[in-house]
Amino acid sequence: MTLGLSGYSDGGQTMDNHKGVLVCGEIADGKLAPVTIELIGLGRKLADELGEQSSVLLMGSKAGGLAQEAIAYGADNVYVAEDSLLDHYNSDAYTQIAANLCQQVLPSIMLLGHTDIGMDLAPRLNGRLGGGLAMDCIALAIDPATKLLASTRPVFGGNAHATMVSKSARPQMATIRPKTVPPAACDASRQGQVIPVEGKVDPAAIKVKVVERIKEQAEGVKLEDAEVVVSGGRGIGGAQNFAMLRDLASVLGGAVGASRPACDEGWVPARLQVGQSGKSVSPKLYIAVGLSGAMAHLAGCLGSQVIVAINKDKDANIFSVAHFGVVADYKQILPALTAKLKELKSA
Amino acid sequence: MNTIVCVKQVLDPEIPPAKFKIDPETKQVIPPPGVPPVISVYDERAIEAACRLKDKHKGKITAISMGTEKAADVIKHAIAMGADDGFVLQDAAFENLDSFGTAYVLGKAIQKIGEYDLVLCGRQAADWGAGEVGSILAEILGIPVVTFACDIQGADKTLRVKRLVSDGFEVLEAPMPCLITVSSEIGLPRLPAGPRLMMARKKVIPVWKAQDIGAEPAKLDKANAHTEVTALSVPTRKTECEIIAGATPEEAAANLAMKLSKLI
Repeated sequence: MTLGLSGYSDGGQTMDNHKGVLVCGEIADGKLAPVTIELIGLGRKLADELGEQSSVLLMGSKAGGLAQEAIAYGADNVYVAEDSLLDHYNSDAYTQIAANLCQQVLPSIMLLGHTDIGMDLAPRLNGRLGGGLAMDCIALAIDPATKLLASTRPVFGGNAHATMVSKSARPQMATIRPKTVPPAACDASRQGQVIPVEGKVDPAAIKVKVVERIKEQAEGVKLEDAEVVVSGGRGIGGAQNFAMLRDLASVLGGAVGASRPACDEGWVPARLQVGQSGKSVSPKLYIAVGLSGAMAHLAGCLGSQVIVAINKDKDANIFSVAHFGVVADYKQILPALTAKLKELKSA
Repeated sequence: MNTIVCVKQVLDPEIPPAKFKIDPETKQVIPPPGVPPVISVYDERAIEAACRLKDKHKGKITAISMGTEKAADVIKHAIAMGADDGFVLQDAAFENLDSFGTAYVLGKAIQKIGEYDLVLCGRQAADWGAGEVGSILAEILGIPVVTFACDIQGADKTLRVKRLVSDGFEVLEAPMPCLITVSSEIGLPRLPAGPRLMMARKKVIPVWKAQDIGAEPAKLDKANAHTEVTALSVPTRKTECEIIAGATPEEAAANLAMKLSKLI
């Protein structure tokens, strides 16, 4: 079966003719991206609750080769758009293909990963298709009474959670934060349809061209990947004092971060900023030094497994989210802490 | 180069979370008393990006902000940094609009302003943080969009934009007119110089209502909203902080080291 335009010409975009779930898949290094396997599982679950079908869109010249795998993970239909112009993400090309497909298959729900691709693509598709969109969701559910998709997302830097619905706008779109749901289970016996998407990318519609892709070489341990992060705030008092934090990070094999005030003061480069307008980290151990724990900062570190606070102000907010705390001047703590850790390590 | 920058006034995200209160009934945040709202951090970087382009290529910067009458403060801030002009979009019908409604109102205001080469927005707002308005606005205006810019270089009819991705950068070429959303990696915003600050303070910022920009009432009707917030809550965190003590700071540090060595 190839995809015709029947759905598109059937009539207006009323709610009633939108059915099923469409997952916008991602291919990374020739494989289904981990987030896509998670979303296929989530799409399956939502579709089952609605008694509707779950589909996946795969884009790229080798997309067809991954279609059976997507079916094994739970898709009923896999729409395959094979075009070398889709091998790397281009916002205009992806928007064109995904929007055209949506206008043909009229999904009720569309899911994307909250990834480089999803963060760019979802709002554009929303602007073009006119549905309702919730970004960076951490929970999705079908409301049992209304059958609407209820999407929950952190707002105000994670200090509040908002649940949103789209009463009549379709598709109901959501980007989902990776690792929010478990990956789908693979069942090779599952059956499904592979449906080629008709029509290639119209090169004339590619207005913005990617001229270069540069992979960044991380110096030492990358902040976002580090298992230990030692962050300093305004209380550190100056650029040279960050040496004590670097020493501690070094003995723990970790990276140094900072709050926005410390970066704004110029004590450390802005790329080390942890928080709402900086990086989000979720290490095993987060050591917050001379850092009050403003809302914007916590937005970037609350995913840490263990938070340690070192602050001379016993009322500092950081203690309310920390698992361990030391109420003292960090200058008296860090050198001794680093020395003791070194000693324990060599023992 | 004529640039329009969209800016938003938000609750100061640098407050301690204890001051953050919500009203679950209205699904709104209760502004903490005595804490003035601030310009959303990414939007300030968008003004900085506009100023850098103006430094090099001349032209005009117009700042617009949809919000309360207080939003005049963020327009004045933009003017103090280097913008030439600005407008506040304020109307009872604009209150609590969703991303689509916000983009619609901004689009109407931009169409009223008329000629432009570039529209800049912050990558997302520092409050609701969806990161949708810029891209929806570009689709409404029918112009190309580049998101998460960390560097913008002007050329004749094309901009060369460095865009952040998780493992590095992309360099893109975008024809003007286009819309670019700016990330904080573009660099620190300039501190307004004294005379500009004085001039901006005295400036009267015009307020545009729905009818001034020709916004259709049906598009602003909450019944037609694309999304609706059905619940707003503050997640409860149950963290017991174990305070590590010692007879001396050194002893406390050693005790902490013992704890940590068991964790990693």
